[in-house]
Amino acid sequence: MAKMTLEQLRALRESKQKELDKRSVEGKDIQVIVGMGTCGIAAGAKQTFDAIVAALEKHNIADKVIVRQTGCMGLCYVEPTVEVVMPGMPNVIYGKMTSEAAEELVVKHLIEHSLLDSHIYDKPAVDIMKR
Amino acid sequence: MHYSMSDFVLDLVQNSVEAGARTIRLEFDEKEDGVQVTIVDDGCGMDEAGQARALDPFRSGGAKHPGRKVGLGLPFLKQAVMLAGGSFNLVSEKGKGTTVSFFFPAANVDSPPAGDVVSLFMTVLGMAGQAEMILYRRRARDGLSYEVRKSELVEAVGDLSSASSLSLVRQFLASQEEG
Repeated sequence: MAKMTLEQLRALRESKQKELDKRSVEGKDIQVIVGMGTCGIAAGAKQTFDAIVAALEKHNIADKVIVRQTGCMGLCYVEPTVEVVMPGMPNVIYGKMTSEAAEELVVKHLIEHSLLDSHIYDKPAVDIMKR
Repeated sequence: MHYSMSDFVLDLVQNSVEAGARTIRLEFDEKEDGVQVTIVDDGCGMDEAGQARALDPFRSGGAKHPGRKVGLGLPFLKQAVMLAGGSFNLVSEKGKGTTVSFFFPAANVDSPPAGDVVSLFMTVLGMAGQAEMILYRRRARDGLSYEVRKSELVEAVGDLSSASSLSLVRQFLASQEEG
């Protein structure tokens, strides 16, 4: 692949946009927030961030998701951490989110609407889950 | 302390963002004899006392962490540079902006690895705020050289917080790396 020009990038985006328009668009209401403090970076948060973006693209839901960076979430011992906020699911902070776990996150949490039990480090608490 | 040069740079760009810079230029130049990195911003700048504080590990100016007693971005970088026999330069003027540059010699075993520069660029582009980011990369070994501007990318693909935009920018940067 030769160097892409900005013109080609724009064209690529437009062709993607057309693809997206064909699908039912529910709006961008899913937020995935990656902890990118020094602790996160040291544990590989940049790779996790990349892996999440790649997995969203692979599973065709990139147009519905906003991916943001934030600082340390106070869970340095289980970095990289990822918070997911989406309708119909409790807000969850997942820990130990290696790039391998990132794909699992996209498939299980975002698409199948089930939690990644072994990665939950903050919320939902037991009482929330009973409700 | 950070492991790679890219990670050191991330903290410096964050400093520039917090200094209210409207334009931040980052140059990552892998020369034959070592890596030269320069970050130029037009943020609030620092007077001489401010510069001394910035290099003091037990002082922090970050508004983000009011209770924090340490600020390690610049001090750790300076220490790493000194350990590797490189050079470090901080030039700042109150109200005008700040330029930080450093060089790690390739021949010194204590120089950290450059790290993943594309991931660094992606992270910088994804930082919150409206600051213009001008990212320049050069690598003497294979003649690689390119420059990207955040404003141009935003104009081409839209807001960079959306995963689809980020994915397109990733492809764009990957193509620059190959070219």
